Amino acid sequence: MTLAQETVVLKGHIIDSLILAKVLDTVLMMGGTFDLKEVQIGTTREEPSRAKIVVRATSPGLLTEILQAIQPHGASVDRESDCLLQPAPADGLLPETFYATTHLPTQIRLQGRWIEVEAIEMDVGIRVDRGFTSARTVPMGEVKEGDLIVTGREGIRVLPLERPKERDVFSFMEAQVSAERPHGHIIADVARRMQTLRNGQTSGGKAGKVLLAAGPAIIHAGGRDALTWLIDSGFIHVLFCGNALAAHDMEAHLYGTSLGYRLSAGRAVPHGHEHHLRTINRIRAIGSIEKAVESGVIADGIMAACVRRGVQVVMAGTIRDDGPLPGVITDSVKAQAAMRAALPGVELALLVASTLHAVATGNLLPATVPTVCVDVNPAVPTKLSDRGSFQAVGLVMDAASFLRELARELGWKS
Amino acid sequence: MSRLLVCAPDHFRIDYEINPWMRLSNSVVPDRAKSQWYELMRVLELKAGSSLERMQPVPGLPDLVFTANAGVVVGRKAVPSRFRHPERRREEPYFEAWFRDHGYEVIKLDGGFSFEGAGDLLGFPNAWFGGYRQRSDIGAYPRLSEIFGREIIPVELVDDRFYHLDTCFCPLSGGELLYYPPAFDPYGQAAIADRVGQDRCLVVPESEALRFACNAVCVAKHVILPVGCPETMKLLQARGYETHPIPLDEYVKSGGSAKCLTLALD
Repeated sequence: MTLAQETVVLKGHIIDSLILAKVLDTVLMMGGTFDLKEVQIGTTREEPSRAKIVVRATSPGLLTEILQAIQPHGASVDRESDCLLQPAPADGLLPETFYATTHLPTQIRLQGRWIEVEAIEMDVGIRVDRGFTSARTVPMGEVKEGDLIVTGREGIRVLPLERPKERDVFSFMEAQVSAERPHGHIIADVARRMQTLRNGQTSGGKAGKVLLAAGPAIIHAGGRDALTWLIDSGFIHVLFCGNALAAHDMEAHLYGTSLGYRLSAGRAVPHGHEHHLRTINRIRAIGSIEKAVESGVIADGIMAACVRRGVQVVMAGTIRDDGPLPGVITDSVKAQAAMRAALPGVELALLVASTLHAVATGNLLPATVPTVCVDVNPAVPTKLSDRGSFQAVGLVMDAASFLRELARELGWKS
Repeated sequence: MSRLLVCAPDHFRIDYEINPWMRLSNSVVPDRAKSQWYELMRVLELKAGSSLERMQPVPGLPDLVFTANAGVVVGRKAVPSRFRHPERRREEPYFEAWFRDHGYEVIKLDGGFSFEGAGDLLGFPNAWFGGYRQRSDIGAYPRLSEIFGREIIPVELVDDRFYHLDTCFCPLSGGELLYYPPAFDPYGQAAIADRVGQDRCLVVPESEALRFACNAVCVAKHVILPVGCPETMKLLQARGYETHPIPLDEYVKSGGSAKCLTLALD
């Protein structure tokens, strides 16, 4: 995934002499790629020019060969320094000049060696272990006094994403957010990825997990059956949601309503607004969603499928929650930590009909994870794609239509 | 009036092989070498009107005769060479001492780059060209450009028979260039043609390039070049130059000719 790279500097009269062109041609000819980081062109003929070039290759061996080939033409490796470290001044406090991460693959230079930052996510710090052999992201709240934290900007490099090998909607590396675009091929590509990942789980191939962050509009809009089928068929492995999705899903089983509306008839039923409260109360009485499913009280739907299939569920609460249901994490820092802990192994993320959970999940995901954000409100996919992830695809469409179409692509007979 | 630094060939011989021309078995005939050198000096002084500064030959330094490699001099500033081969590094203190003794401000290159003086750095009043890859390192040119306040266009030398820029590239006083394009890679050829102008490029045929037709000394409208280069002479005469062919084959044994035996001081 990560390319080997090195920054070189070329200076002198490199433009008219075609030395710059020769160096860049050489890099390409040998199968490398480059980014021209800075080019300062001399303002007079006498004044020299200077170019800073990031050279990339698919392996460290090839990179060395390329560097050896361009070195005689004056391309010298830019002087690099180790990253700067400072101890955290107190628990929960980063040093003032801490380096704030992006969600792109990141390396830091420690004692002359470039090492990968583990569990990259955006807007956190980087903590280095005492042996100076590894580095990992750390959220502000989890910092312990004396932790070695990366500060400043020296000795840190953020690597661009390599174009995915799969030739599908994600490989275009452009975030598409438009209600006017046809959705069919995007959904087909997502389905293909899910099929591959599920096959990998059973055949020992590429065994990645599919994460779904979902909002209650899925139930209201009629996407419950399709989603239940997707979970039961082993296509979803991690579910992030709030109190509402679970409550309305189980309300639908117990009362046939979603927030008091009869799902089959689409009309409000008398005292229907109490249904989700009574549902929550019932589950609280039983003690947990798992017990409610195991005891047969909740026999079908999304939560039942999750329990049956052993899907890892993280329910994060909000200040407007009723109840909440047992299992909902009401401390948002703890909820964030639980979501973070569920991310390793996720190879595809579906963020469907939930602004809150979609944005929270998006912030936690490395840019390398292909992400689909589905919402009727274009603001949500736009917000996600503004994070700068090239592998985020936005779909402006109804959640239920998306899930049904996706399930049909994967073999659901509705 | 042009002033040239020269060094008599009292100790000139083939003592080592550091270019494809040198063969220990192909020894120099000292008397012929001397008479050829004195003939060159005679023509430079009497025909071309140059004044000559002679430096003292040193026993054991056979190539001190090739003063083009002493360094580069502009005005009162001199940057002495830093030779690639240890055999010639022993010449460095003598060239440097000569510059100092004659009142030049000596600026030494640091950074460990090789740079072989006017053998690799040549040009026109508005643009210099720096040969690299064979003897000089491209990394020396940004610093030289800074020292002399000139643009230096680096050009790669790709044929080791033409191991110094002055073996295949000779700027003329009228702005024309006498050169042998295949000694350069396509980038260098394009950069040269672009800067000099196609109509001013005089292309020497291979057979004459191999006789060092380009290793010529141009003083005003006089061009002193090795014998056996009739096509080159025609090219020069057509541009109004007076040509002076001189037998210098003893020096070709060492990979040099007229230009290598002189260093322009002004």
